[in-house]
Amino acid sequence: MYTPQVNYLLYLADSHLMLSHRNSEWCGHGPVLEQDIAITNISLDLLGQARNYYQYVAELLGEGTTEDHLAYFRTEREFRNLLLTEQVRGDWAVTVLRQYFFSSFQQLLQQELLEHSDERIAAIAAKSLKEITYHVRWSREWVIRLGEGTEESQERMMKALELLWPYTGECFVPADFEAYAQVDVSAIEKKWTEAVQQTLEEASLPFPPKTFQHLGGKSGIHTEQLGYILTELQYVQRAYPGNEW
Amino acid sequence: MVTGEQNMTVHAVNKELILSFLGNIMDPEIPALSITDLGMVRDIHMEGEVIEVSITPTYNGCPATDMIATQIRMMLSTLGFAKILIRQVLSPAWTTDWMSEEGKRKLQQYGIAPPDKRFSIPEDGVECPHCHSAHTRLVSAFGSTSCKALYQCNDCQEPFDYFKCH
Repeated sequence: MYTPQVNYLLYLADSHLMLSHRNSEWCGHGPVLEQDIAITNISLDLLGQARNYYQYVAELLGEGTTEDHLAYFRTEREFRNLLLTEQVRGDWAVTVLRQYFFSSFQQLLQQELLEHSDERIAAIAAKSLKEITYHVRWSREWVIRLGEGTEESQERMMKALELLWPYTGECFVPADFEAYAQVDVSAIEKKWTEAVQQTLEEASLPFPPKTFQHLGGKSGIHTEQLGYILTELQYVQRAYPGNEW
Repeated sequence: MVTGEQNMTVHAVNKELILSFLGNIMDPEIPALSITDLGMVRDIHMEGEVIEVSITPTYNGCPATDMIATQIRMMLSTLGFAKILIRQVLSPAWTTDWMSEEGKRKLQQYGIAPPDKRFSIPEDGVECPHCHSAHTRLVSAFGSTSCKALYQCNDCQEPFDYFKCH
C-alpha cells in the first residue's frame, strides 16, 4: 500500500502523462504547422511535469524503482489519472477544450501547492506555473476562436463541451489521499467555475447544466480508453524490458 | 601511478577553473549559448576526488537537460574526478533573468531575439535580430523548442525565433 504522499504524486504524474500522450498523437497531424508545434510543445511540457513527479516517487519508493518502471510497468488499476486526461483526442475542438479545462484547473491547484510544506512539491509548482500560464492562454484563445468562428466550428465546440463536461467534476471530488495536498479543492472549484463561465461566455457557448459526472480515475477505475493508451505507450518496454535507445 | 596523476589533476583545479571548463559546454539545442551563459550552473562543491555540480533545468521536459548532464560528466571525468555527482535543483526555478548579458548578445548574433522584459508575454513588436526593426509580428507563442516563440519581421520579412522570458 502506498502512502497518501505517493498516491497524490502518482495522481498528478499520471494525469500529466496521459494528457501528454493524447496531445502527442497530434504530432505531424496538427491543423497547421504552427499549431502542430504548439500542441506538441505543450505535450512535452506535460511530460516534463510528469517526470518531475515520477522521479520523486521513484526516490520515495526506493529499491531501484525508476521513473520508467512507474510509467511502463503498471497496469490500468494502478494508474490514478483523471478520466478527463485519458479520453480520446477527438477533433481539434475536443483537444483545445480539454486542454483549457485541465490547464485552468492546474493553474489554480499549482498556485496553492506553492505553499505546500513539502518543498519539492512547492518547487515543482513554481517551475510548472510558468508553462501552465502559456497553456491556459493558448487553449483559452482557441476555445473562443472556435466558439466564435463558423457554424461548423461552433457546432464542434458544442459537441466537445457535451462530451467532456461529464469528466470535469472528478477534478473537484477529492480522493482520500488528497488530504495530503493541504488544498481546499472546493475553493478551487469555485474559482475554476467562474473562469470557465467567463471563457464560455466570451466564446458564445452555453455554460452546461448540472449533469452526471464520471468518477473513479483517482482510485484506478478507468474508462476503456486507458487500456488503449497503455497498449501503445508500454509496448516496447513490455516486449523488451529495460531496453534503451 | 595513474592514481597519482589523477590526484595531481584534481588538486590543481579550483571552482573558477571548473566554471571556465563548464563554459565550454553548449546547449545542444542552441549551440550559441553555453550552460554558464544560460545561468544553469547553480553551485559547485568539491571534496578531494568528489565533485558535485548543481544545475537548474531550464524548462520541464527539455530534452537538452539530460544531454547536458552527460556532457558535464564527460568533461569532469577528463579532469580526473573519481566521483561526479550532478544534482538537479528545482528551487528557485530557473529564470531568463539569470542569462548573462554576454549570452543575450550571442543569442542576437545567432539570429534569435533575446528575452526582453517588455515582452514577458509574447506580443507583436519584439526587435528583429536581423534588421533591428520593432515592426514585427508574433506568429506563434510556441516555437521550434520549448523556450522560443515564432515571429516574423514586417520590414525585412525574415522569420525569427524569440527566446521567451521565463
